Amino acid sequence: MAETMILVPGRSQSQGTSLNEGKLEDEYKRVTSTAELNEKDMQRLKLKDGDKIKLKSDVGQTVVTCKGKKHEDLPLGMIFIPYGPPSSELMASDTAGTGMPLSKHMEVKVTKVK
Amino acid sequence: MTKEATQTDAQVKNKKPVSKKVDPYEGKNIKIVKDATCTFCGCVCDDMELTVDVDEHRILKAKKACVLGRAWFYEHKVDTRPGVLIDGKEATFQEGVEAAAQILIDAKFPTTYGMSDSTCESQRVTVEIMDTINGNIDTTTSVCHGPSGMAFQGVGESTATLGEVKNRADLVIYWGGNPAESHPRHFTRYAVTPKGMYIPNGKKDRTVVLVDVRRTPSTPVADIFMQVKPGKDFEVLWALRALVKGKKIANDIEKQTGVSREVLDDLVDRMKNCQFGVLFFGMGLTMTRGRHFNSGALLSLAADLNEFTHFVAKPVRGHGNVTGADNVVSWQTGYPFGVNFNRGYPRFNPGEFTTTDVLSRGEADAAMIIASDPASNFPKAAIEHMKKIPIISLDTKDTVTSSIAKVRFAVSTYGINTGGTVYRMDDVPITLRPAFESTYPGDQEVLEAIRDRVKKLLSGKKARVAA
Ligand code: SF4
Repeated sequence: MAETMILVPGRSQSQGTSLNEGKLEDEYKRVTSTAELNEKDMQRLKLKDGDKIKLKSDVGQTVVTCKGKKHEDLPLGMIFIPYGPPSSELMASDTAGTGMPLSKHMEVKVTKVK
Repeated sequence: MTKEATQTDAQVKNKKPVSKKVDPYEGKNIKIVKDATCTFCGCVCDDMELTVDVDEHRILKAKKACVLGRAWFYEHKVDTRPGVLIDGKEATFQEGVEAAAQILIDAKFPTTYGMSDSTCESQRVTVEIMDTINGNIDTTTSVCHGPSGMAFQGVGESTATLGEVKNRADLVIYWGGNPAESHPRHFTRYAVTPKGMYIPNGKKDRTVVLVDVRRTPSTPVADIFMQVKPGKDFEVLWALRALVKGKKIANDIEKQTGVSREVLDDLVDRMKNCQFGVLFFGMGLTMTRGRHFNSGALLSLAADLNEFTHFVAKPVRGHGNVTGADNVVSWQTGYPFGVNFNRGYPRFNPGEFTTTDVLSRGEADAAMIIASDPASNFPKAAIEHMKKIPIISLDTKDTVTSSIAKVRFAVSTYGINTGGTVYRMDDVPITLRPAFESTYPGDQEVLEAIRDRVKKLLSGKKARVAA
């Protein structure tokens, strides 16, 4: 069953270094399609490192690989992913008159890909 | 018999090798570039020492660069891709310029975007082109600190250079950012560890506070970590403003925001009693619910604190010359981003003339993208529209945007191959010292050729003006 969680895309060091190798290279694609979840959320959703999950928002969906983070490092119910094409896939285009889409606080439904 | 020849095998085995200094660059044509500038992030560190292999056209060593800076310098080597592609086919520079100029003058709503990884000189030419054709101009600021740009206009900015922060700041607060991963030398070169004129012991003389929704590799640097519930930054900032002014706040503040009253009181105390406080803020504020209200609340808090002590606020800027883009577009048009010349004079309206909006609503009918990749990081609706309109792309590497471009120019890299001026995130202009020449032209050269051709095609007239 799908569970609603908050997706927070952001920068990471490996996203920054792989960006320099090239955005069309495999490393950048790997880094930007790896999502971090709280290990307790992972246990509850019966997920282990390397499993694939589907993230679905009101505007799109994407499949990413998941990786556990220690409970103290990432709050329950939050997913972190380095910015990239998969996070853009989920971003709504409404900017509420600012020019800025809501890119750091997206509600997504999470399901395990069997 | 020589002495060596009398040694037994065991003796030879135990003998330590004579350390001979090997010159790793022997036989190479090496050039050292001192005080070079890294333009990967807004820190724009200008203390690099680059070891350049002149014949192979690449940087072998970048002394003082952080992990991101090293990747930036080492990965920008000489490329072999064609200089110009039109519809995916190789073309000459002149053909590329002609095609780009035609696209721009034929369009009813041409727009341009990017520019934050480009020199101020190139940015100036871009504004001139858009002014000539009555186009729309926007930079990556609109999806970075654009909301802060709006807040500056509403609230004002109590500001300082990073040099002042280094020399004076005894309370350093990072809000909604992770510099350890995005701006690694922000801590070590400017704001946390360096010793300064009034901060003789470096980090020991400063209190560092980090505010974020999650723990990051930046957290261990902080003396105090304040974890806020996602989307509750405005509430915390507003509560801090109230406490600074001695007003009451809601009893359930911890339930609402995740931050206890004790932690807030302690922070207020530190803020009011420091000698020189600074609030550095990142996209954790601008990209979440509240956007410009969040930045405005933080700028107001900094302003309020000046009743008690000296307090400044600075956005932490991402790309190497995004601050230059704000400055150049401002001094040329009067506004920092999201500017439209369609009526023959500049109008500023975020939400109307910003790129996400003009693309997602399907308004722009041509786009010139400079050193940026919106086709990979914009919302889907915007990307879908980009696929339907002619795109002119100028970039140092192939990207999703360059792969869908009608006219694609490969350009050299600013700071590595071309000189010019960039602005550090604290609005300090810095001159670039390039390391080696590229086979590709700089974006300034391409843009000047497009500008000249556009002006020729319009034969001195301005483009049509919207009714
Ligand atoms: S902090 Fe930024 S500018 Fe300085 S070396 Fe690292 S990437 Fe380059």
